Amino acid sequence: MSENLVEIKNLSFYREERCIYDDISLNIPKGKVTAIMGPSGIGKTTLLRLIGGQLKPDSGQILFAGQDIPRLSRSKLYALRKKMSMLFQSGALFTDMSVFENVAFPMREHSRLPENLIEKMVMMKLEAVGLRGAMHLKPSELSGGMARRAALARAIALDPELILYDEPFAGQDPISMGVVVRLIRDLSDALGLTSVVVSHDVPEVMSIADYIYIVAEQKIIGQGTPEQIRQMKSELVQQFIQGEADGPVPFHYPAQSYKSQLLGENS
Amino acid sequence: MVSKKIELMVGLFVAIGIAAILMLALKVANAGIAGNGKTYQLYAKFDNIGGLKVRSPIKVGGVVVGRVEHIKLDQEDYMPIVTLDIYSNYDNFSEATSVSILTAGLLGEQYLGLDPGFLDEELGIGVLQPGDFIEDTKPALVLEELIGQFLFSQDSED
Amino acid sequence: MLERIQSLGHNTISTISGLGRAMMMLLSAILQVPNPKKGWPLLMNQLFSVGVLSLLIIIVSGGFIGMVIALQGYTILVGYGAEASLGPMVALSIIRELGPVVTALLFAGRAGSALTAEIGLMKATEQLSSLEMMAVDPLRRVIAPRFWAGFISMPLLTAIFSAVGILGGHLVGVDWLGVDSGTYWSVMQAEVDWSDDVLNGVIKSVVFAFVITWIAIYKGYDCVPTSEGISRATTATVVQSSLIVLGLDFILTALMFTN
Repeated sequence: MSENLVEIKNLSFYREERCIYDDISLNIPKGKVTAIMGPSGIGKTTLLRLIGGQLKPDSGQILFAGQDIPRLSRSKLYALRKKMSMLFQSGALFTDMSVFENVAFPMREHSRLPENLIEKMVMMKLEAVGLRGAMHLKPSELSGGMARRAALARAIALDPELILYDEPFAGQDPISMGVVVRLIRDLSDALGLTSVVVSHDVPEVMSIADYIYIVAEQKIIGQGTPEQIRQMKSELVQQFIQGEADGPVPFHYPAQSYKSQLLGENS
Repeated sequence: MVSKKIELMVGLFVAIGIAAILMLALKVANAGIAGNGKTYQLYAKFDNIGGLKVRSPIKVGGVVVGRVEHIKLDQEDYMPIVTLDIYSNYDNFSEATSVSILTAGLLGEQYLGLDPGFLDEELGIGVLQPGDFIEDTKPALVLEELIGQFLFSQDSED
Repeated sequence: MLERIQSLGHNTISTISGLGRAMMMLLSAILQVPNPKKGWPLLMNQLFSVGVLSLLIIIVSGGFIGMVIALQGYTILVGYGAEASLGPMVALSIIRELGPVVTALLFAGRAGSALTAEIGLMKATEQLSSLEMMAVDPLRRVIAPRFWAGFISMPLLTAIFSAVGILGGHLVGVDWLGVDSGTYWSVMQAEVDWSDDVLNGVIKSVVFAFVITWIAIYKGYDCVPTSEGISRATTATVVQSSLIVLGLDFILTALMFTN
């Protein structure tokens, strides 16, 4: 494994009193697709926000190219964010702008390029996601899959080094799922982007990830290449990747025994 | 990017807002130049103007012919001098015109009533020129003075 | 008993921390040096949606309120033969009191709720987060132009409301009920003072503008990013800004119009 773009060391994060992460460490290698998987509700999106500097961890370090994100000053953090971008689950396109304006937005904000050059670049990005024909549509006129592709075009507008994908496959039909899978892989290979994919869609992640971390119960419970993950003995990992209903993660929400509740006995 | 239409509408909005502030300042608060066309000034000196105010109407037989423009005290004899702003189309009042301070209704607003006298070239009674004083003035009736006089005359009868 | 005291403490702390967050948000939004090239179009767009779109309701309400006061006032004043005082009655009640307050309440309902809902929706759809991740400060990009637009629009709207109201009073009092037009204006001009009345009305509207816009953007920015959270925030904007406007109005009136 070559050098790491992002290194997370001994990270702990609490929301209110609840522990989300308990002393986890992981590395995100440069130019690869790293996947973080786990059951829903364990704070995978939180991890992306931690990397993006929107949340501060209670302890531990998050190094991006050697800089510790939680300790950066505001202006340095903003400068750093120009090197990363995030694809939100909902796409998060600006609803009052057309697709073209959305993709042009980061360029206009952060570069002093002339308008005709911006136009050419936007066309290029939209061509890459196959939406050049839709550039004058409003986000409300796009389907969910198209909105996500438009958001992806916006995310790569400034040629970032790192893209954080938040549940890119959730709620997609099989065709647009296939499109997104291909786009993530292509962008990573063609542009040498470092990608972090947070997802719970096992087959898609297995097909594109170079390295996978499985997170559950505030810890990393398994890591490795897709092949290594499949070979893992851990019951929890197997339950997750096989999608079994019952196992170490129980089907039932913790409760007193059914029988005693029916009989009206207070535990 | 802002469309031309939005810029136009915002411009219009701000213009209306400023116009409204100007209206409140000039027309509602004070010092408006709100008359119908041209006017000329006459002066009248009263003993007492009662509740007469700037911009009170000036009427002849109930018809408004002008407004009170200014009220001040004479520096020498401390009598109030009222500047009358009369519309230019009523420009031949006689020098024998008398002016009195009247009240609209029992508690109503006070106004100036002009009683246009006659013109007589032989007696040398000409037309009032702009800037002239109206000599014949009747002061405002002050309620307290009326009551005082009434009580006084009652006393003297006894 | 202990629980009561604890919940009192909890509420106090959360109120104070809410106030603190609102203060921080406002300060960091408006204390930034604006970028004229980018800020101007943003402000324009917000002036349009906050100011211009509120114009109709303000003009219509102003007109009707002026007409109603003239009608009510006339029937009372004519009993004393004092219908000549209709002008100052309409003008003073509108300029001092009804103009700023009713405009503020309408503004809270029309523009304040829209601001909250819009910002809340941008938060719920992660548009604010995505701005942040694009290294664009949402406070500067989204919050600041909305704040200034509200702060600029409302005093203008108040002036328009008052002017239209006085014209509405003229319509009823003079054109319908037959009060002399000159008397209407002249007595009004004699009674209404520029600094005591008009300027104090403007000061009130500036204070209300500040408070309402602040509440509206804070409620949107701080809302729970779900549909329920947005609807709660919108309601809270209207209720809280209405109550605060009425309370502040009393304090301001006491300070301004009593000697």
